[in-house]
Amino acid sequence: MLEIPAIRWGKPYESLEQREIRHFVSGESIAMVSQAGSGIVRRDIGKAKAARNILSDFSPSDLIARVGKAATLFRTASLPMGNGVQTPADFARAQSATTGLPEHMCRSNMEKNCFVLENMERVLEALTRGLDLEILRRGYGDEGRGVVVSYQAQTDALGLVLPSNSPGVHTLWLPVIPLQIGLVLKPGTLEPWTPYRMFSAFCEAGIPAEAVSIYPGEGADVGAAVLTECDRCMIFGGESTIEQYQGNPTVQVHGPGYSKIILGDDCVDDWENYLDLMVDSVLANSGRSCINASGVWASRHTDKIAAALAERLGPVAPLPPEAEEAQLAAFTNPQMATGTWAMIEKDLEESGVTDCTHAFGTRLVDHSTYAYLRPMVVHCKNPQLAIAAKEFMFPFVSVVECPQNQMLANIGRTLVVSAITKDEAFGRELIDATHIDRLNLGPLPTIKLDWLQPHEGNLVDFLYRARALQTQGSKNEADPASGAGTPIDISAS
Amino acid sequence: MVESSEQQTTSQTDAETALDAHVREIVRWHFDEATGCPYWLERAAELPFDPLTEIQSYKDLKKFPPFDDEDLRGGPMRRWVPKGFGNAPVYVFETGGTTGIPKSRIVIDDFRIDYELFSQTLPDEYFPPGSNWLMLGPSGPRRLRLAVEHLCQFRGGICFCIDLDPRWVIKLIKRGWMEHLEEYKAHCIDQALTVLDAGHEIRCLFATPKLLEAFALALEARGSSIADAGITGIFSGGTEFTPQWTRFATEELLGGPATSGGVYMTPTYGNTLMGLACSRPVTASDGYKIAYYAPQPRAVLEVVDPDNPDRLVDYGETGRVRLTTMTKEFFVPGFLERDEGEREPPCPLYPWDGVSGVRPFHKLADSTTVGVY
Repeated sequence: MLEIPAIRWGKPYESLEQREIRHFVSGESIAMVSQAGSGIVRRDIGKAKAARNILSDFSPSDLIARVGKAATLFRTASLPMGNGVQTPADFARAQSATTGLPEHMCRSNMEKNCFVLENMERVLEALTRGLDLEILRRGYGDEGRGVVVSYQAQTDALGLVLPSNSPGVHTLWLPVIPLQIGLVLKPGTLEPWTPYRMFSAFCEAGIPAEAVSIYPGEGADVGAAVLTECDRCMIFGGESTIEQYQGNPTVQVHGPGYSKIILGDDCVDDWENYLDLMVDSVLANSGRSCINASGVWASRHTDKIAAALAERLGPVAPLPPEAEEAQLAAFTNPQMATGTWAMIEKDLEESGVTDCTHAFGTRLVDHSTYAYLRPMVVHCKNPQLAIAAKEFMFPFVSVVECPQNQMLANIGRTLVVSAITKDEAFGRELIDATHIDRLNLGPLPTIKLDWLQPHEGNLVDFLYRARALQTQGSKNEADPASGAGTPIDISAS
Repeated sequence: MVESSEQQTTSQTDAETALDAHVREIVRWHFDEATGCPYWLERAAELPFDPLTEIQSYKDLKKFPPFDDEDLRGGPMRRWVPKGFGNAPVYVFETGGTTGIPKSRIVIDDFRIDYELFSQTLPDEYFPPGSNWLMLGPSGPRRLRLAVEHLCQFRGGICFCIDLDPRWVIKLIKRGWMEHLEEYKAHCIDQALTVLDAGHEIRCLFATPKLLEAFALALEARGSSIADAGITGIFSGGTEFTPQWTRFATEELLGGPATSGGVYMTPTYGNTLMGLACSRPVTASDGYKIAYYAPQPRAVLEVVDPDNPDRLVDYGETGRVRLTTMTKEFFVPGFLERDEGEREPPCPLYPWDGVSGVRPFHKLADSTTVGVY
């Protein structure tokens, strides 16, 4: 059995408190994970400056090259995992065993991580809009436009409170190291695997271990300490987490996406052409991602769309996690599945809601220590029905009948909208809608991510602040036309 | 000096004999019309046995039905004052983090007696007689506030206190106002640092684990430490202690074990009902295990089967903590605490059962907010 220590700025720390994580089907013990406490976290974060300093000793291009090497190691190498070693296959198996995600989805998530690592230069070029990364390292510089620009790091380390149920989110923090910011990771209880394997890959690729801390532990204790002590943090959670941290400039909160496919009036008559796209958007990654569609909105044909989706999704049944054809992830805590199902049953009682997958057998497959929820399609006669605004941790979609001119007023906060329309006026409204984060114009599945574009905020803007910096003798100082060359003494005004 | 197993058995026997004698004395006091309190005298009439004749030993206390701590909520408080104390001044101490009507108990001298007994366990080397204390814990109608001050005074020092309202803290936690919680904690630590900086020659400290941690980290941020600040002994308690936290504190906040030059810290387990249970010496070689022993015969801690509280679990097994308090001021037989832990065997220092690994009872844990100050 693996014994996994906490990592304190690169150094392993075996805690007296250990948490056992088990295989969700067999109950077999997979690992004992050292639990850190908030005191350790608070004390260590006080020394985060050292992590930033050591990363700043490397050029950004060097760090980018090293994370590229880490990609190869992450994908192919046997890497240290606590007191043992994991091959890539071991890793996928372990991750599947504790999170309930089918193994092939775990491998697919590995590939997503590798893609970002291997394309780091392009990713950062896109996120910084082509900024010379040396300017970030130095703190200021000239982009070649004769103007000094300055970017100031807002934290020495980014704190992350990571989820247990969605190994796909790790791509979001991978660019942090090349941005010369340290990492403080609080892994999800059941998903320590990616942070630890990534740490091992980083180390073997020559990235200083001292730049990374990993603190498994209780969310209310360790997670809270990470969020309090790091000047910039990301947290993944549910609606209550979003409510708690929304508007907090130091916390980027990621929660349910409520992602949707919108069929414009100009395209909806051809809905059958987009059925595959809709199925993929709902079913991929077992519906666990915030970018999975939980709604399909159209002004007409919604009953036929729902029936067709049910025809495709309804028969999908659980398979063993090692099966290549497995499309459903297990709830490793069966109470989550039964609780979710109870909520859905209540919502189904509302007039105007039709359970379109009813004919395909029971949705809740309850085992003693785990459970599945099979894909579900409901039809909503109007957008005011409660279930039209719901998202769950399994492939679930509401097909909502709504006039096009009322859609934007009713969809609510939405992470991804795939708008299937060529209507320019509607497209303009969609572009201007501030409650939509990612917008796909045209027949693109919601799950298709362009890694070169920001996701729920630009990471670079979150970590670095553009500010003024003037130096005597700098090019623009002497140029009165620029206004920057003649500093105005605001204290005199 | 190491005590032989024969000596220890003798000590245990002596302790049991003393406990039975104490039980008889206390039951006689509380159920005698001349000395007992209205609460127990009224209850006696409902009991299917006569406490004055049928309670002759600790074992006999099982005849009492389980004590319902809801009886401790609300007034009139005079129903708890034994007549034998006449018109002696009475304190009321309330439970710490409770919202709504708190549980409370009356005290006349118990807190002084308990803490004077506890004082005997504090080594003078680390708690120098005459030295001043800082009380970094709850203020208001709580026993700790006065008890720590009395401990300090009993040892010849002056106690400096902070303002800390644990009921506000619990509201902050329940409302999810974590930024306010951090600010309130910082406010408490600011008060402590102000006392420390004011030339009061503080040498000893009471602190809850969370406040001790915050205090130490605040000092570290100033380039100092608890040891650098001149503090040599810490009495800590009030909230849950874990071996891991104790290790962290010892290794990283206190400069190592006291035997190697670090600051001395003694964990305790206590509450308004019981008084104070001391820990046997905590060592790295024992995995920083914290085993508490009640101040017998004034209070008895047992680890019992939650489904059958009259059955002690075996040594090392987990059970619910059951507390019996027996002082002339307060009698509470067989109260099931909101905690669980492992039953510990007697040790030379405390020749009666103890409890280790104390944590919220798992069946109640979800409804318990711990670590409020």
